[in-house]
Amino acid sequence: MAFLEARGVCKSFSSAAGVRHVLRDVALSIERGEFVSIVGAMGSGKSTLLSILAGLTAPDAGAIVVDGQPVDGVRRDAAYVFQNYSLLPWFTALENVRLAVEAACPFLSRDEQKTRARETLERVGLSHAIHRRPGQLSGGMRQRVAIARAFAARPSLLFLDEPFGALDALTRETLQQDLVTLCSSAERPATTVMITNSVEEAILLSDRIVPMLPGPPATLGAPIPVPLPRPRSVAQLAHDEDATLVRADVVATLTAAAGTRPRPTPSAAVERARPVALAAGKS
Amino acid sequence: MKRVLDAGLPLIGLALAVFVWWAISLRVPDLPSPARTWQDSRLYIVQPFEKRGETDQGIALLAYYSLMRVGRGFLLGAIIGTPLGFLFGVSPTLTRMFDPLMQVMRPISPLAWLPLGLILFQKSEPAALFAIAVCSMWPTIINTMVGVRAIPQDYWNVAKVLRLSATTTFLKVILPATLPYMFTGYRLSLGIAWLVIVASEMLTGAPGVGGFLWQEYNSLIYAHILLAIITIGVIGFALDRLMGIAEAKLRTA
Repeated sequence: MAFLEARGVCKSFSSAAGVRHVLRDVALSIERGEFVSIVGAMGSGKSTLLSILAGLTAPDAGAIVVDGQPVDGVRRDAAYVFQNYSLLPWFTALENVRLAVEAACPFLSRDEQKTRARETLERVGLSHAIHRRPGQLSGGMRQRVAIARAFAARPSLLFLDEPFGALDALTRETLQQDLVTLCSSAERPATTVMITNSVEEAILLSDRIVPMLPGPPATLGAPIPVPLPRPRSVAQLAHDEDATLVRADVVATLTAAAGTRPRPTPSAAVERARPVALAAGKS
Repeated sequence: MKRVLDAGLPLIGLALAVFVWWAISLRVPDLPSPARTWQDSRLYIVQPFEKRGETDQGIALLAYYSLMRVGRGFLLGAIIGTPLGFLFGVSPTLTRMFDPLMQVMRPISPLAWLPLGLILFQKSEPAALFAIAVCSMWPTIINTMVGVRAIPQDYWNVAKVLRLSATTTFLKVILPATLPYMFTGYRLSLGIAWLVIVASEMLTGAPGVGGFLWQEYNSLIYAHILLAIITIGVIGFALDRLMGIAEAKLRTA
C-alpha cells in the first residue's frame, strides 16, 4: 500500500451565490520518498486538494490515509510551505524557524532549537539575515525562511503550495535550484506533494506529475512519470529530449482538458506551453 | 516661515478662545475673567504639591489622586475586558449570547452606575472604581474582539500546521496579532475612564480634581472651577497622546 493514499475525495463550498463543487472523486497514491507535483491552472482547486491531503481542511467525502493511518488534522511529521510565506511578522527569521523546531521537537533545549534553526537558515543561504523580521526581507528571502521553517522540523511528509508562485522569474529559478539541493541533501528524503502551475518547475523537481483537470468540479488525470536522472537543473532540462517529451505530454493533457476551443482564456498552463514549442524547434 | 506659522496657529486659536472667554465674562458677572482666574488659581499652580488641608491642595496633588483612581478603575476594566474580548473574538456563540446585553449596557452613564456601586459595595471608593471599570471596559472588549477576528487565516494555518499547543498559539500568534487592536481599545477606554472620574468624584466627594471642582462650586469660588476644567482637559489630552504613542509603536513592530 502506498505511503499516502487519497480515495474518493469530494469537496464543495457553499456561499450566497450557491454551492460550488471544487473536487469530485479525487484519488491519488504516493509512494514513500516520492516527489509528486500536481499541475493545473489557477483556480482549479489545487490548493484545496493540497490542504485536504495535509489535513488542514476536512473533505466532504472520501478519506486520506498516510502510512496506514487515516488523516484527521495535520500530522506530527508533516510540514507545509504556503504560497504567501505565512511568516509571523512579529518574530525574526530565526524565531519563526525555531518555533517550528520547538513544535516538532519539544524535547530539545531552547539553545538546541536555536542552533537547528540557525543551521537550516544557513542552508538556504540566509545566515546574514537571521535576526531580521519578515517585513525587512524581500519576497524571495521570506520564502527561503518559510522553506527553512518546513525543513527544520525534518518532516517525513512535505506539502508545498505553489512555493514560488509569488516570486519573480529570476528569484524563482534560484529558489527552485536551492530546493533541488535541499531535497537531495536531506538524510532521508521527505515524501513531497507540490502544487504548481509551472510545468517546468514540476519537471525539475518531481518523480511524477499529476495533471489537475479543471472542472468544476476538478478531477485528477493519469500520472505522468518523469524518468530523468537527478540532480536536474533548469539549464539542462531546456535541451533534454526526455524532458521535452514529458513537457509535451503534460501540456497536451492540460490543454485537452481545458476545452476543444483552440484559444480559451490564456490559463497559466497554456502560457507555459509557448517555450516548449521554442525548445522543441531548436533541438 | 511655514514652520513659524505651524507653531503659531494653535497659539492664535488659543488666544481667540481666551478672548471669547473674556468677552463672555464681561456679560456674565459670575464668570471670572481669564486674568481673574489666573489670580485666584496662582497659588494652586505655583505650589502644585502643597497640602494646606484635606480639600485645599495643590493642583498636581489633586490630579495625582484622580489619576490613581482612574488608573485603578481602568486597570480593573482592562483585566475584566481583555479576556472577555478574547472569548468573544474566538466564540461566535458567546458573542451572540452577550452582544445585545453589551449594546444595552454600553450607553449607560456613569452617573447611573455609581448609585448601584454604592448599594453593592457600601463605600464610595470601590463604588467609584466600579463605575469607572463598568463604563470604560467596552472599547477594550470590542476592540480586542475585533482584533482576534481580524487575524488573517494564514496565521491560524501556521498554528495548525506547526500543531502549536493552545497556550503557544495564544502567546505567539493570537496575542501579538491582536496587540495593536487591544491598545486602540485601551486608549479609548482610558479616555472614558477619565471622563467618568469627574462624575464619580462629584457624587462621592472624594479628593481629586472632580471633587475639588464640585466643592469649589459649592464654596462659590468659580475661578477654581475653570482651573479644574482646564486641568481635566490637559491631563486627558496627555493621557490620550501617551496611549497613542504606545499604540503607534505596536503598529510598526
